[in-house]
Amino acid sequence: MIVTRALTKRYGRVLAVDRVDLEVREGDRYGFLGPNGSGKTTVVRMLLGLVYATSGEIEVMGRPVPSRVGEVLPQIGALIEGPSCYGHLSGRANLALIDASGKGRGLRSRRQRIGEALERVGLAGIDNRAVKKYSLGMRQRLGLAAALLREPRLLVLDEPTNGLDPQGIREIRDLLADLNKAGTTVFLSSHQLAEVEQLCDRVGIVDRGRLVLQEDLDALRAPTGRVMVQTPDADRAAALLDGLVERRDGDRLLVREPDPVQVNARLVTAGLRVSEIGPERRSLEDLMLAVTGSGSDRIDATGQRRAEPEAAEPGTAGQGGDEP
Amino acid sequence: MIRVELLKLVRRPRSWVSIGLLCGLPVLVAVFVAVTNLVPPPGQGPTLLSAVLSNGSLYPAAALAIVLPIFLPVAVAVVAGDAIAGEAGSGMLRYLLARPVGRTRLLVAKLVALVVYTLAAVVAVAVTAYITGRLLFGSQPVAVTSSGGGTTPTIIVAHAATSLSGTALTPADILMRTLGAIAFIGVSMLGVGAIALFLSTITDSSLGAALGALAALVTSEVLVTLNAAAAVSPYLPTRYWLAWVDFFRQPILWRNIDRGFAVQLVYVVVLLAAAWANFATKDITS
Repeated sequence: MIVTRALTKRYGRVLAVDRVDLEVREGDRYGFLGPNGSGKTTVVRMLLGLVYATSGEIEVMGRPVPSRVGEVLPQIGALIEGPSCYGHLSGRANLALIDASGKGRGLRSRRQRIGEALERVGLAGIDNRAVKKYSLGMRQRLGLAAALLREPRLLVLDEPTNGLDPQGIREIRDLLADLNKAGTTVFLSSHQLAEVEQLCDRVGIVDRGRLVLQEDLDALRAPTGRVMVQTPDADRAAALLDGLVERRDGDRLLVREPDPVQVNARLVTAGLRVSEIGPERRSLEDLMLAVTGSGSDRIDATGQRRAEPEAAEPGTAGQGGDEP
Repeated sequence: MIRVELLKLVRRPRSWVSIGLLCGLPVLVAVFVAVTNLVPPPGQGPTLLSAVLSNGSLYPAAALAIVLPIFLPVAVAVVAGDAIAGEAGSGMLRYLLARPVGRTRLLVAKLVALVVYTLAAVVAVAVTAYITGRLLFGSQPVAVTSSGGGTTPTIIVAHAATSLSGTALTPADILMRTLGAIAFIGVSMLGVGAIALFLSTITDSSLGAALGALAALVTSEVLVTLNAAAAVSPYLPTRYWLAWVDFFRQPILWRNIDRGFAVQLVYVVVLLAAAWANFATKDITS
């Protein structure tokens, strides 16, 4: 669906995107993750032919971009860095204008498609208010409706749940999952781990312009071959499992043994109490922290990057509810 | 896309307000003149104004002379400067291009909308001025002075009763000459629009583009009056702006009109080509 080869973008002396090889397959729910300023948006803009690559190749639905981007764009719905609209017009008028701007299906189906798109994003009942009076969440929904207007085969969404409350985030996630089931490939660019973790089945992580990881989410979150045990009798458990305990953190033990059943059996047989046990899995957050540096919005006095990046951008939209 | 751009133009309150103001100023002037019966002496004040007391049919030309120096260029520069930069500023440019609308198509549509706006503004001024003139002033036959060939735009249409050197103009004659003036001014304003449109593809601020175009005009105006800059003067965009007055000479003095058209045409073609080249290859980061 999307393939890039050694995609590079240089702005003057700044290397914004550095030899990125993306591969998004048809039907994927692809999460494109990275700290702020890591080059996500530049990649998205290059995929849509808005920004021209310095070098490298892009192929979207088998067509080279940007030379033949006009052939694939009608099948792509996009939300790029937040929704935009003509503030003095109503939501419907905005959708009608954007729909009329390009070629494609005509006037007759327009009204119906606008109605359907608005219904999908939960704005079926909007009146003729000018968009400038909309709340941030309403604008976000309107932007999504614009992306859905022509039943796209590929959705390219940049932070689609920005400004939505937890309820709204849930709705949009369900909507995207439904669309994906119906065959739409979803390419979701975000710095919000929770959003990606709950929707996507494949992730690409970009850091400082480089794609540092691209993998199925299940593979990433597969058991690590260790078991995490929580027990009030931590001292005795540690003695019992001597040699296998990799790390101890209060009454939590990390045991080098893939099968929690066995560990549990040994502990219980020895008369030890277990309050919690299970295979250790890496969270997406651990993974992100491990493979990326801090975002470009953090500038330390020494000019050095901090080892631990922040997971979420503090300044975004400020509506809260980013974490479900 | 052209239809959509025209629709945007029509739905935009600003279009109507600016045209309304453009039409309002000459009406205001006409009311003052009609009430007081005072006009600037020939050679001073807005061109042609002294002639309108005797014949209101000339008022469209006088009205254009009133709005031409500042009002009209400002309105055109604002609309043209907004063309691409306005879309970029509102964030709609990326969505339009991803819709997809070809960059060249978008630019052409913007240009068509700009031409329509410019012509609508000039024609609206002329029509309201004609109505105002006929209502407030008389309609005696007009005489025009024979052309002396001078290039300084002095008052050249005189009151029929006071000028003996002129030939009377029929209403049809006045109409044709006014249409010629409208066309000339329209093309001159298109030159302004082309400057602003080009700047509009460079910056993401529509205000910046409009002000840039106006700065270019002011520069040109200053240089035109400067003897030391005589060498470049024939190539400046505002050099022949007032040449449309020559439509009201008898016979029509074509020399400066032709040159005015030629200069504006060169500006329009070169700037539009530059705007296209810049826009088509630009990274859209707005």
